[in-house]
Amino acid sequence: MSNDATSFETLDTRGLLCPLPVIRTQDYVKTLKTGTLLEISASDPGVLHDIPAWCRVHGHELIDSKQVGDDFLIRLRVCAN
Amino acid sequence: MSHQRKAVALISGGLDSLLAARVIQNQNIHVEGINFYTGFCVEGHTHAIRKKHQVKPKRNNALWCAEQLGIKLHIIDISEEYKDIVINPTHGYGQHLNPCLDCKIFMVNQAKAWGFMDDNDFDFIITGEVIGQRPKSQRKETMPIIARESGVNDRLLRPLCAKNLPETLPEREGWVNRSELFDFHGRNRKPQMALAEKFGFTDYAQPAGGCCFLTDANYSKKLSDLWEARGERKYEIDDIMLLKIGRHIRPASNFKLIVGREEGENKYLEGYRKQFPQIRIKSHSGPLTLVDGAPAREDLELAGRIAARFSQGRDADSVTVEICKPGAEPYELDVNPMPAQDLPQAWYV
Repeated sequence: MSNDATSFETLDTRGLLCPLPVIRTQDYVKTLKTGTLLEISASDPGVLHDIPAWCRVHGHELIDSKQVGDDFLIRLRVCAN
Repeated sequence: MSHQRKAVALISGGLDSLLAARVIQNQNIHVEGINFYTGFCVEGHTHAIRKKHQVKPKRNNALWCAEQLGIKLHIIDISEEYKDIVINPTHGYGQHLNPCLDCKIFMVNQAKAWGFMDDNDFDFIITGEVIGQRPKSQRKETMPIIARESGVNDRLLRPLCAKNLPETLPEREGWVNRSELFDFHGRNRKPQMALAEKFGFTDYAQPAGGCCFLTDANYSKKLSDLWEARGERKYEIDDIMLLKIGRHIRPASNFKLIVGREEGENKYLEGYRKQFPQIRIKSHSGPLTLVDGAPAREDLELAGRIAARFSQGRDADSVTVEICKPGAEPYELDVNPMPAQDLPQAWYV
């Protein structure tokens, strides 16, 4: 099954500048179960670097990241750590 | 089997904290990083906002350090609690509005609160401090003050200058070997650079003037102006974010203009349209301008003339501006752009 057909939790960090989108992601992920899929929307292009780096540091799986208009979307899978 | 000792490392994203963490990792201590968001962090914000900086990499240096070290990094938002440190520093300010000593005490205390919680159960805290490195906070006299007033006492270890300081608990208990710690001191960076080379760190952040806007003279001047104009030493997070953006021009104590300098700043300022009156240039290309304070209608006309001065219509006889006040119908004005020589230098904050 493709990820697109799967249900994603969403987190809107638009209007926030890094590192706040990372902090919001970090704090939200703490409330999620292992295996949960999460889509984060942001307006700061810094997330394209910072959230993947945060995923690597904490062992979460980055699914993809892309720019959609003026916004940036990052999708990840919460992993056990 | 001996108990695995754990240390929380304050990671700023600079070289010293990177090295301090690696020194302790090399002694088989489990290290995790902690990084604090105060609202005044230089990293990220302005580069993210300004279009002209978008060719530069926007990495978060604290996260980058964590990756190099292979450790977890916990980023904590302390921006609300930090206000009291900025407004009422017990130990006063440094050269500008930088409360560096109070800041360090507060951060070490916050690291203690986080790291010594039952769930986290860390044994000690490490920092990249070096005696003599910073004139306000990193001096021989301030080291014991930070340890004492943070409440961390002898569980605070500075691996890069530990040999210049009394033994700490981790050293006395044999969790770390003092002989493998360092005696760095002063502003000379060569020992750190040599250690970085030894550890194989070739790419690291070298921030000029530190990682905090409060050490910046121009930024501190804007914050002082904000406090003076409001008649009280308070701020909200939006206030301190906006001090990083645009030209700040104060024609009178009751209002100031924040004029976008380029497309990225205009876009960022646009996000404040529901909070501040805005001036848009309608007849020409021009910046977006926010008006902060309590401007009267005639003040907004003056603000329109100033905003027009930064538009492509600066030399025109008349420029049409739109005044958009939150919750009110926008209206247009035809204004005579203020000539550059009529805009007093003293109005620039």
